Amino acid sequence: MHEYVRLDGVTRKFGDFVAVNNVSLTINQGEIFCLLGGSGCGKTTLLRMLAGFDAPTSGSIFIDDQDMAGIPAYERPANMMFQSYALFPHMTAWKNIAFGLEQEKLSRAEISERVGAILDIVKMTPYAQRKPHQLSGGQRQRIALARSLVKRPKLLLLDEPLGALDKKLREQTQFELLGIQERLGVTFIVVTHDQEEAMTLATRIGVMNRGEIVQVGTPPDIYEFPSSRFVADFIGSVNMFEGSLVEDEPDHVRIRSEELGAHVYVDHGISAAPGATVWTAIRPEKINIARERPPGEDNVVHGIVREIAYMGDMSMYLVQIDSGRMMRVTRPNIVRQSEDRISWDEAVWLSWHASSAIVLTQ
Amino acid sequence: MSNNRHYPALSARLSSGRLGPLWALLFRIAPPRWSEYVLTHWTGKKLVIAMPWLWLLLFFLVPFLIVFKISFSEARIAMPPYAPLLEWAGNQVVAIKLNFGNYAFLLTDDLYFTSYIYSVRVAAISAFLCLLIGYPMAYAIARATPTWRSVFLLLVILPFWTSFLLRVYAWIGLLKSNGVINNVLMALGVIDAPITMMQTDFAVYIGIVYSYLPFMILPLYANLEKHDLTLVEAAADLGARPLTTFLRVTLPLSLPGIVAGVLLVFIPAVGEYVIPSLLGRADQLMIGRVLADEFFSNRDWPVASAVAIFMLILLVVPIMVFQRIQSRELEARR
Repeated sequence: MHEYVRLDGVTRKFGDFVAVNNVSLTINQGEIFCLLGGSGCGKTTLLRMLAGFDAPTSGSIFIDDQDMAGIPAYERPANMMFQSYALFPHMTAWKNIAFGLEQEKLSRAEISERVGAILDIVKMTPYAQRKPHQLSGGQRQRIALARSLVKRPKLLLLDEPLGALDKKLREQTQFELLGIQERLGVTFIVVTHDQEEAMTLATRIGVMNRGEIVQVGTPPDIYEFPSSRFVADFIGSVNMFEGSLVEDEPDHVRIRSEELGAHVYVDHGISAAPGATVWTAIRPEKINIARERPPGEDNVVHGIVREIAYMGDMSMYLVQIDSGRMMRVTRPNIVRQSEDRISWDEAVWLSWHASSAIVLTQ
Repeated sequence: MSNNRHYPALSARLSSGRLGPLWALLFRIAPPRWSEYVLTHWTGKKLVIAMPWLWLLLFFLVPFLIVFKISFSEARIAMPPYAPLLEWAGNQVVAIKLNFGNYAFLLTDDLYFTSYIYSVRVAAISAFLCLLIGYPMAYAIARATPTWRSVFLLLVILPFWTSFLLRVYAWIGLLKSNGVINNVLMALGVIDAPITMMQTDFAVYIGIVYSYLPFMILPLYANLEKHDLTLVEAAADLGARPLTTFLRVTLPLSLPGIVAGVLLVFIPAVGEYVIPSLLGRADQLMIGRVLADEFFSNRDWPVASAVAIFMLILLVVPIMVFQRIQSRELEARR
C-alpha cells in the first residue's frame, strides 16, 4: 500500500497549552483512518493542521510526499467536511456543491455534469435547488459530503461527520460513507469522539489522549488488545482490577488481585518483572454468569446480582463480588422469554476463559 | 354578562386591595366590562406592542396628517398662516377646499427640482463614501480580539460625546482659506495659494461622511461580527483564494448590514440642513435648507408642507426596500 499522509513529530502549542504533542503517523492511500479521543484531546487541531487552517508549532506534515509547510488551505489536495457542515447559507445546495468546481475554472457543462453526478450518489437530486435552511440535518450532511467529494480530492477530512444525526440515520449513513469511499477510492481521515462510529468506519484507529496518539491499530486490535489502561477504558466498557504478578511463565501468567479476590490465569506470557503491579481488564461480554460454580480454580469469582438492565438485544448485570467491587456482565438475550432467568439478589458465579483477560502494565 | 365570569375572585381581590393600586384604579374609573375584556383578552404581548404603536400614532402619524392637511391649504398672512380646509359656505354646506396649487408650484419652480436632485446625489455619494471607508473599519473591528474590539467601538462612538454643531464648526476651522490645512500646506511649500475648500461640494461630503460614518460602521460591525468563520474556512478549503472568498461569501452575507448602513446614512443625509448650511455652496441648496427657508423665512407653510410630503415619499421608498430585504434575511435565518 502506498503511503499518502505522513506526520513527523507534529506539535501544536497554544501559549503554554500543548494541544498536539509530537505526533508521528503514516496513513496509507485508500485507508479510512479514525482519530478517536475525548473532547480537548487535540484531534480536531490535528485535522485543522492537515486542512491548512492551522500550522504546526514544530514538526512537518507531508501529503503525497509534498511538504505542506506554507501551503495555504486553498492549494492543498485535501477537502474537509465540517462538523457544522459550513454550507453557504445564501446559496442553493447545487451552488454550494458547484462552488469548489468553479474555483478550478472548469467549463459550465463539466461543472453541471459533475454536480449532477455527485447529487445522484448522495441521493439529493430532488433537493438541488433548496437553500440549506430548507433542508433537514441529514440532508445538509449529504450536501456537505457531496460538496467535499465533488472536487475528487485524494484526501477527505471529516470532522465528526455523523455527530448531528440520530442513531438510525447515523448507521445508515455510515454504510453509505463506506460505499462511497470504496467506489471513489478516497483516503478518509475521520475525527470522532464516538467509538462506535470509529469501529464501523475505520480500517485503522488512532486513539488520542492529551495531544498524543496512545495507540494505533485496527478496530479489533484496539478493542481486544488495548495497550494501556486508558485505551481499554476508553473503548467499550471494561472491568479493571489492579493486581500483582505471582507466576510468570512464557506460556502463561497468574495474577493475584485483592480487588478481585481471586487469581487471574492468562494463557500467554507477558513482559513484566515478577511481583510487578499489573492491571487485568475483562470485557463484560466475555464473562459467563451461572448459578453453579464452574470447574477450575482460576478465573472464577462469587457475587450477588445487584442490578439488571434489560437493553433489548442483551441484558447487563451489575454483580457485587465478594471483595465488594462491582462487576459488569452482559449476556445476549438469545431466547425471547425464559422462566429460569437469573434475577435480583441471586448468588452467582462469574467466570471467563483464560484468553479473555487483558493484562496491562501501564 | 357577569363581571365574575372569567375572574371569579376579582371582586374579592378588589375589595381586599390585593390587585395592585394601578389595576384597582383602572377598575374604579373604567366600566367593569371593558376592564374585564382587557384582562382576559389582552395578553401582555399585545400591550407591549401597543406602546410603540401608540407612540408612532401620536408623534408620527398625527403630525404627518397635519402637515399633509396644510399642504392642501392656501397661504395667507394670518395666524395660522394658512387657510382652513373646511369652510362654512352658508346654506348648510361645508365646503372642502383642496388646493393642489402647492404641489403644482413645486413643478413650476426649477429650484425645488434641482434641490431634490442635488440632495439625493449628495446623500448617495456620501453613503457610498461611508461604505467605502466604513466597511474595512467594521471588518477590522469585527475580526479584532475582544479587548481591542471594545476599544475600537468606543473610538467610533467617542465623537458623539461632543456637540454635533461644534464638530461641524471645527471643520470650518480646518477647511477655510486661512485654516489649518491650508496653512500647513503653505508652510510646507506644497501650495503657493490657499485652496478653496469651504462652500464646495467637497466640504459637504467631508462633513457628511465624517458625521455619519458611525451609522455605517455600527450596523456593518453588528453584521460582520455574527459571521460564522468556518464558512470562510470552507471556501478556502474548496479552493477559493482570499479575494474570491470575500466577494462570494463574506460580501453577500453582509448585504443586510450594508443596506442598513447605507440607509442610515442616506436617509438623514438627504434632509441634512446644518452641514450644507455651514460648509456648503451658496448657489446650490439642499432640500432641507429649502424647506427651512420656506417655513421660517417665507412663512409659506402650505408650500413648505408640500415640499416635506414630497421628501417623505422620496424617503419612504428606500425604507420599504430595506424592510423587504430585512424580512428576507429573517426568513433565511429561520
